[in-house]
Amino acid sequence: MDVTFFTAWIQEIIRVLAINRDRLTRLDAAIGDADHGTNLDRGFTSVRQAMSDTPPDTPGQLLTLVGNTLIRRVGGASGPLYGSLFRQLGKSLGDAQEVSLDDLAAAFATALESVTRLGKAAEGDKTMVDALAPAARALCSAARDGLKPGEALDRAAAAAAEGAEATIPLQARKGRASYLGPRSVGHEDPGAASSALIVSAMHP
Amino acid sequence: MKKLINDAGSVVADALTGLAAAHPALRVDVEAGVVWRADAPRAGKVALVSGGGSGHEPLHAGFVGYGMLDAACPGEIFTSPVPDQVVAATERVDGGAGVLHVIKNYTGDVMNFELAAELCAEQGVAVASVLVDDDVAVQDSLYTAGRRGTGATLFVEKIAGALAEAGAPLAEATRMAGAVAARSRSFGIALTSCTVPAAGKPTFDLPETEVELGIGIHGEPGRSRAPLASARDLAAVAMDAVHGDLPLAGDLLVMVNGMGGTPLIELYVAFAEVEAYIRGKGARVARSLVGNYVTSLDMQGFSITVCQLDEELTDLWDAPVQTPSLRWGR
Repeated sequence: MDVTFFTAWIQEIIRVLAINRDRLTRLDAAIGDADHGTNLDRGFTSVRQAMSDTPPDTPGQLLTLVGNTLIRRVGGASGPLYGSLFRQLGKSLGDAQEVSLDDLAAAFATALESVTRLGKAAEGDKTMVDALAPAARALCSAARDGLKPGEALDRAAAAAAEGAEATIPLQARKGRASYLGPRSVGHEDPGAASSALIVSAMHP
Repeated sequence: MKKLINDAGSVVADALTGLAAAHPALRVDVEAGVVWRADAPRAGKVALVSGGGSGHEPLHAGFVGYGMLDAACPGEIFTSPVPDQVVAATERVDGGAGVLHVIKNYTGDVMNFELAAELCAEQGVAVASVLVDDDVAVQDSLYTAGRRGTGATLFVEKIAGALAEAGAPLAEATRMAGAVAARSRSFGIALTSCTVPAAGKPTFDLPETEVELGIGIHGEPGRSRAPLASARDLAAVAMDAVHGDLPLAGDLLVMVNGMGGTPLIELYVAFAEVEAYIRGKGARVARSLVGNYVTSLDMQGFSITVCQLDEELTDLWDAPVQTPSLRWGR
């Protein structure tokens, strides 16, 4: 997987988030403050601009650029969280021109760690971690089992989608939804939903 | 949605342009998203910087001026500012004595201010922070994000701002800001939802006959829903929650705050009930504020914030202040 693969991933994220902007904002309205879709769409629109201003040469450069742009443009909790996810992915991949499934799985695991550390969230808190953690595990086990990248990414996407859906019955313990207490039960977490979209966009 | 806007995407920038035009004592950088005092930086004076999502006007930009904030960095609507904004605000007002960041306890605000503080420290600016978390509607435990910061933010900004204006060092202003936050409690009730311009419709549906109890300031639903009741009963619900957490005693600073869509006459109706409640508990309203100060766009509803005063706090509250939305004694 080279810079073309990762550029296609980011472009697919931009497309999918624009389409799902209103759905994400609706999910956020139910248990938050009705801005998640708008914020991410704004952030990734800036990413498109940044990518065309300074086209990156390596996967690492590209993902670092995405992370920095999100931190500078999104705000709220999703800016720093998604920003550090992509920055850490970029940092872990280093200067490599070509990334193996092993490399990607390892980088994803490290990036997840930096997100959980920053957000002080664990699985089950009803946050983006509930979609990202199963995706990271799926990538790791697919790499261990020697799967082809396409199949591995399919599994990661399925795991993230399942993880997002599994947030519905949970009571939120982090983020703005946590202020609702038991009333947060019965709604899909918008952060987990956007994470599932982002992971699913990684099809080769 | 019926709103006095040009475009849902440019509401914050357009409002900052208007703010700059209306208040020559302020400086506004629309591009950077920073509002600051024209006379800043002042050598040797501790600077106060606050910020948070837009939609809570006059908080925070309306409290920039003599005796209160030196700068504010408003984010997008209900979205905390990005680190660049906080850094820009901090650099513009640092007079060499350090900068105090006033942060409301929301995950996004905390993370963005923390990132900004790291960047400022790398540039040699002394930054301290205070976290405001006054909302008794929210359960505070090891396993949650903790209480929200709401109305007490204004008290912290005014009282610590007065101390900084008097020349106190950073550690002293920070200690006072923390003390005000620790002595303050709030509770909010919504009669209607607000409408976020970019979302285009009310954040939640609330029947004519019901209210949301224990709301924050972002149009998020509250802790529970209850039948609409008289101002007396609704004030009692809020005051019971406040009193149950920090028993009312002695001299109090009391704010009955509108959420943006409730007329002043109704806020005074509520204030009469709050004052009677406090008297009934053997305490006294020594200082008060009634009006729209920490709002939630066009939401109908109100919040009550109470702070336990002592002589020092009372003097600092009474000290002169000259900002677009809070002004006395000067």
